[in-house]
Amino acid sequence: MNLFPWRVTLRRSAPCARTPFAARSRKTHRAQGALLRALLIVLVLAFAASATAQAIDPLPFKDHAQELRFQHLTAQLRCMVCQNETLADSNASLARDMRHEVFRLMQQGKTDVQIKQYLVDRYSDFVLYDPPVQPSTWLLWFGPLLILLAGAAVVAVNVRKRSRANARAAMESAGAADDGRADIGPDHTGPDNIGDDW
Amino acid sequence: MSRLVPFLGFVLLAALLGFGIWWNTGHDPRTVPSPLINKPAPDFVLPELDDPAKTVSKASLLGKPYLVNVFASWCYVCGEEHPVLMAEANQLGVPLIGYNYKDAPDDAKAWLARHGNPYSMVIADRSGRTALNFGVYGAPETYLIDARGIIRYKRIGPLTPEVIKQQLEPAIAALKKEAP
Repeated sequence: MNLFPWRVTLRRSAPCARTPFAARSRKTHRAQGALLRALLIVLVLAFAASATAQAIDPLPFKDHAQELRFQHLTAQLRCMVCQNETLADSNASLARDMRHEVFRLMQQGKTDVQIKQYLVDRYSDFVLYDPPVQPSTWLLWFGPLLILLAGAAVVAVNVRKRSRANARAAMESAGAADDGRADIGPDHTGPDNIGDDW
Repeated sequence: MSRLVPFLGFVLLAALLGFGIWWNTGHDPRTVPSPLINKPAPDFVLPELDDPAKTVSKASLLGKPYLVNVFASWCYVCGEEHPVLMAEANQLGVPLIGYNYKDAPDDAKAWLARHGNPYSMVIADRSGRTALNFGVYGAPETYLIDARGIIRYKRIGPLTPEVIKQQLEPAIAALKKEAP
């Protein structure tokens, strides 16, 4: 078993060291190799860390699909102890109990909806990271949309006000040109400085 | 007038911030009201702490109201709550049942020996499986269950003399009034 697969790539690239530039390039090669090795070690460690994070408690999953379903489901449920963590992320002992309960219910063939309902019955809607849409959460769900619409209304009103002011200014300057008084001053010509005073 | 708009916007946002602060200082966001209030307590069969051969079930407790106090030897706040229970348990008018939660039996017995035992009976849930059905998410928690096995009141966190006076005693009194 090769524990250090990156060594293979380094060795494979070694033949180029036989060229006339060998002496110089070997040095740079070594430096690059060290850098590469350091990088790879960091990467491997990072992956190892994420792997242990996934396997807080190894459960006997039937297959990978079931494991994925479990991960997906527990990521949508809240740990009641550390309330800003999901069941999937939390190391709290209650979270472990709840994960095991979710696993047990999955083994019984319960659907995701049934499992969520089971926990909601005991711990209220608060266990769900996505609150259900109901009258008491309408403001939560649609409030941002309301604010967006209000902002859009403000923008629309302003744009209309400006374009009306611009049209008026254009008409006035056109009228002024007819009178032969077009070049009185730069103030009346450009649309840029009109409508800024809302 | 139009120059006031940004200022009014600021005032509105400041008011919203003030409301948020007021709202969140008024209640503890960590306390999640139980959906089980006024619903039947879950069925359970649990061994007694002192004699695991004997079990206590929901059915065996039906007929008169009782309190269930979730505690554990590893629970720091339970130690703060304990003197209150020692002082008040006999004056509540209903039996106080200890619910030893996710605890090693020896630790629990030693803890009770050291701090005193205010409970009329102690049941042990070592795995915490039954506690999930009660919606327990920490210790201490206290449930008031009526004669028909319905959860009437739940306290999340320690019972204090104030909580007992303002919440628990009225809840118990309401039960006594119901039962002729």
